[in-house]
Amino acid sequence: MKRWTSWLRISAAVIALVSVSVPTQAAENSINLQDPGNDIHDKASLRNGAKLYMNHCASCHAGKYMRFERVARDLEFSEQEINSLMRYGVTKVTESIKSAMTQEAGEMAFGVAPPDLSLEANYRGKKWLYTYLMTFTRDKSSTTGYNNGVMPNVAMPWVLAGYQASLEGQTNSWNQKKMLATKAGTLDSLEPEPQSFAMEMRDLTNFMVYMAEPIRPFRERFGKYVLFFLLVLLLPVWMLKKEYWKDIH
Amino acid sequence: MNIRKKASDLMAWIDYRLPVTKAYKTHMSEYYAPKNLNAWYFFGVLAMLVFANQLLSGIWLTMFYTPTVEEAFDSIEYIMRDVESGWIIRYMHEVGASFFFIVVYLHIYRGFLYGSYKKPRELVWVIGMFIYFLMMAEGFFGYVLPFGNMSYWGAKVILSLIGAIPVFGPDLQIWVQGDFMISGVTLSRFFAFHVALVPLIIILGVYLHLIALHQVGSNNPDGIDIKAVKDEQGIPKDGIPFHPYYTVHDLIPVVIFLMLFFAAVFFFPGGGGFFIEAPNYVPANNLSTPDHIAPVWYYTPFYAMLRAVTVDFLYLDAKFWGLIVMGGAILIVFFLPWLDRSPVNSMRYKGRISKAFLMIWTISFLCLGVLGVKPADWAPSWVSPVLTIIYFSYFFLMPFYTRWESCKTVPERIGADR
Amino acid sequence: MSNESFDDAPSDGRRSFLTGTTCALFTAGGAGLMTPYVKSWSPSARAMAAGAPISIDLTKISEGEMVVEEWRGRPIYVLKRSREMLESFESLDEQLRNPSSEDDQQPVYAKNDNRSIKPEFLVVEGLCTHLGCTPKFRPNKNEEGFTGFFCPCHGSKFDFAGRVYKGVPAPTNLKVPPHHYVDDNTLIVGAEKEETA
Repeated sequence: MKRWTSWLRISAAVIALVSVSVPTQAAENSINLQDPGNDIHDKASLRNGAKLYMNHCASCHAGKYMRFERVARDLEFSEQEINSLMRYGVTKVTESIKSAMTQEAGEMAFGVAPPDLSLEANYRGKKWLYTYLMTFTRDKSSTTGYNNGVMPNVAMPWVLAGYQASLEGQTNSWNQKKMLATKAGTLDSLEPEPQSFAMEMRDLTNFMVYMAEPIRPFRERFGKYVLFFLLVLLLPVWMLKKEYWKDIH
Repeated sequence: MNIRKKASDLMAWIDYRLPVTKAYKTHMSEYYAPKNLNAWYFFGVLAMLVFANQLLSGIWLTMFYTPTVEEAFDSIEYIMRDVESGWIIRYMHEVGASFFFIVVYLHIYRGFLYGSYKKPRELVWVIGMFIYFLMMAEGFFGYVLPFGNMSYWGAKVILSLIGAIPVFGPDLQIWVQGDFMISGVTLSRFFAFHVALVPLIIILGVYLHLIALHQVGSNNPDGIDIKAVKDEQGIPKDGIPFHPYYTVHDLIPVVIFLMLFFAAVFFFPGGGGFFIEAPNYVPANNLSTPDHIAPVWYYTPFYAMLRAVTVDFLYLDAKFWGLIVMGGAILIVFFLPWLDRSPVNSMRYKGRISKAFLMIWTISFLCLGVLGVKPADWAPSWVSPVLTIIYFSYFFLMPFYTRWESCKTVPERIGADR
Repeated sequence: MSNESFDDAPSDGRRSFLTGTTCALFTAGGAGLMTPYVKSWSPSARAMAAGAPISIDLTKISEGEMVVEEWRGRPIYVLKRSREMLESFESLDEQLRNPSSEDDQQPVYAKNDNRSIKPEFLVVEGLCTHLGCTPKFRPNKNEEGFTGFFCPCHGSKFDFAGRVYKGVPAPTNLKVPPHHYVDDNTLIVGAEKEETA
């Protein structure tokens, strides 16, 4: 008698499966986006990401919603450390990340003003960001001489070119040392592997994910307690219903 | 003993002036609900719960939100970062909006399944549909308030629908906007509607919905009229007092619902791009439309029907007919009580044709929902018109198939045929 | 079934125990739910940033002169006291309500004869302890021979250490805000010296 409802449920499930595919982002996603594999709860990674952001991004990209004070508190920077990260006219720790560049100057230089990056990780998604950072390549056909995998004819200069080359150099030479050490059997005395460019970009992406929603690490930790409390609550509520409904025949 | 006496004296004093005890009896301890209510009957209580959440969190958000073009977007981030615990209040409101629609859709669908709209519950149904319509307006106004880019362009698309009305549409649109574009003036009036006018009417609607329901009594999955068989005291034999039986009963779905709700609040507040769409993390920009515009998920079936109409007809353009189709899709549901001519209430006793129609209708509605999320060229162009026709034929053919098909006999008492 | 079965439903211990437990847990949960609503009313990070400690350059104040700065919406009086001002204190004790600052109107480090860290600098909130008007600075003697701070609203009088006179409406001495000196010429109002540094 109830078979038709199960029929209905099955078809509903099919529709649900079809609709699960998340709303498609821009059409420019022609290449596969890579997952950075970041961990929002990894403070060391976030701290490194904060330094990278301030050293490489902040001269052009402000983060107007991110106060230094909050960064210091959440990522456990000492007063000295956070002061060394504050620049471009920021004098107080309660201020947020400013850029050295005005809107107009940015438009003059690049055609578009460099956007504020406070919420960029939420807007683009972390995969997009990471892939964007990882896919700057030389391209002779482009007027700038370089190009980007997810944003063709990108307006942003390849600011990390030198940094990327030097890190890749370090990684390569370490790999060679490792080969030699493996042959000589002296692996134990080998220095630890340097941070690769990919790891650095993972940390930078991680920081930007944090910057887009600084409460997120806390929210995810705290949420577990709330759900646990509700699970506990379910028990007496269940027993109470069972107890009262003994009356009903 | 003495205290108990004093308490009952106080109660008598109040009851003489305000019928508290009487109201408690009418709506709780002596409101007799059918004893066979199943899981489909949870969603009314849950809708009330989410509505309370929306009111409380919403009132708090107004304390920190600034309804101006310059500061609206910033004030959301102010709530998310600077206001202590502001993030959780905002997430409860934003996740609550989507959950409100989830439970209300299921609540309405329960009516489709068990014929809850049929005599004598026509007014319960019409008031309920009216609340649903107001919720859609409320959701739309609320979605504009953060003034992200999706807020702006969503509002733009919906407001330009007004402009599709023949003759005075364009002037009407400018009047509603209060400007030649969506501006601070528009935002202010949407804010007033969202936080004051619409919620007030919804509160009134919920009150009337409940009073009307308790006047005629709850339907049940078998569609059996429990008031037909009463005992010597005039109490329905298949009814049980709402309190304590259904209060303790409903606590279980409440707790399970809260678990799902807070799982979303703490772990998926953006709803995977369905509750907060990515373009809304960029402030409104009247010179740049997001690459792909889709309304929030709870409007998408109707949005798909709006888009399905692409031919001009009777000297009026397709845009206007789209508006008519979309409006008609919502309006026609109001008339269900008079379209259904079946002698029985519940799908359990209706014939095969009714079941088949409901099944096909459900699938087409869900498919329209999926289509509304996707870009217009995602599916072949014939799909959404066909689904729209199915959607409407369910209602238009209902007076015929419900009368012609043969139904099973409804037992007199609940549980009699098991 | 008959409805008698629930009219006299067994209200045994198990039923009331479960009801009690459920109510207690729901109350706890409700309290938890209310916490963010209560907390959201405390000063936001923006308010805290606006109310952050202020720094005052002391080189711009000459002897016998007073400057007014703003901290958390309150006027902060910084007076560089002259020798005469400091010497006037001893003779006043009889006329004052609370000459030795036996109340909580100052941090411990300012609970001394001068009500200050450095004798020459007075740092007080310029709000009369009566009804919150701003007392006027009166460095020169008037016809009654009064010098100090005079509140125009209801005539309360304070000396150059912000101590209140007897027989005026104001009940207590002017409040000394938390403050410290980073170096000889820089005063920070709004924060105490950190223990760690």
